[in-house]
Amino acid sequence: MTPVATPPSQFVYRMFQEGVLPPNFCPAYVSSVKRAPRQPLVPLPQTISELTGPTFTPPESVQSVDLTKGAHGAALGERILVGGRVLDEDGRAVAGTLVEIWQANAAGRYLHASDQHNAPLDPNFTGGASFVTDAKGRFRFETIRPGAYPWRNHPNAWRPAHIHFSVFGPAFATRLITQMYFPGDPLLPFDPIFNSIRIQAVRERLIAAFDWDTTVPEYGLGYRFDIVLRGRHETPMENKP
Amino acid sequence: MTEAPEPGPLAVSPSLPVTSYQTVGPYFKIGLEAFYRNDLTNPNTPGRIVEVAGAVLDADRAPVPDAVLEIWHADSSGRHMVQPQAKPFDDTFIGFGRVPTNEAGEFQFRTIKPGAIQASGPELQAPHILVSVFMRGLLYRLITRIYFSDEPGNADDPVLRSVEQHRRGSLIAQAVQGRPDRYEWNIYLQGENETVFFEL
Ligand SMILES: [Fe+2]
Repeated sequence: MTPVATPPSQFVYRMFQEGVLPPNFCPAYVSSVKRAPRQPLVPLPQTISELTGPTFTPPESVQSVDLTKGAHGAALGERILVGGRVLDEDGRAVAGTLVEIWQANAAGRYLHASDQHNAPLDPNFTGGASFVTDAKGRFRFETIRPGAYPWRNHPNAWRPAHIHFSVFGPAFATRLITQMYFPGDPLLPFDPIFNSIRIQAVRERLIAAFDWDTTVPEYGLGYRFDIVLRGRHETPMENKP
Repeated sequence: MTEAPEPGPLAVSPSLPVTSYQTVGPYFKIGLEAFYRNDLTNPNTPGRIVEVAGAVLDADRAPVPDAVLEIWHADSSGRHMVQPQAKPFDDTFIGFGRVPTNEAGEFQFRTIKPGAIQASGPELQAPHILVSVFMRGLLYRLITRIYFSDEPGNADDPVLRSVEQHRRGSLIAQAVQGRPDRYEWNIYLQGENETVFFEL
């Protein structure tokens, strides 16, 4: 194996523009107060450590992922389909990247010991799955539309319906964890987590689009959720001195 | 499905808006547990096996029982895995780990001690492990590094040197007396000894 030289560029991936990322210290999100660091972040150069990460061979075609088939039968609730692509800021497909998802069931309950919400668990729904994007960055899964659920952030606090997404991308630098929301959810304007992203247009990109092309007749409504990871600067690193 | 544009020449300014971050929340185990890995070693991987153990502590020094760390590092000769894996996280060593904290806020992992990054000049780096920290209460991941207290190369490491001297210690795992392959390293989210976190 040939040693991989440290790329000379310190800015292979574009930095996030001001306001794109949520701040970690966000008093409206109460549990951030004792957990978010207070010291300024120290700039980290993009070295070989940050520019590499786990990558995988893309499957020949879009993987078939179905969260609705339980051990004893079909999960309860409204069946939906979610499809999309993982791309970078320049529109290039991010192929062979691992995506992991998790969500509450139709009643708004997670299959998790610390979820004490008084709503039923569904023996046919775990709410977790993972898949690898194909050569065009595509993914698609069938699931149950998650319910809203209460939390203790403030009186009468409810999370809007959402699906958690974890995406690796090509490098440590591109690692993303986010949440997908649903169009028209009346809870969105009141959710401190969704609204922690200051720029309206940026947070609204976390809302999936209802999509006829993903909708399957006589079967389930479809939603489209494209995920855009940080892009690279214009100068390929091998051309740098 | 609509097709995105075919790959073309690299644009000067991005054409698509980047997707933002949200917290991992308290229930990540459902989605992430399948690839929890606190032992990265493999009998066929050359190198010295080391253990790193510690705890994640909040502003009150209370343990954080619902954090998850992801680690990424080079092999014993200082090379990162750049080959795609056929299947996610089979048993081959690739330098990736994912470790949740327990009820006491503690974590522990076992891996091959990474080598120094082989390069010359300012790109030479002492052995280190990159860490992402996710938890309920963090809207965006925290990024930090673990260095090893018994590495003379730390003194010349460009990243360590970029950190104010009085804060560098937070990035260095301390060798445990009498247990040669064990290191201790805590994450302090706030307070006097707040860990150095990076912007990447
Ligand atoms: Fe959630």
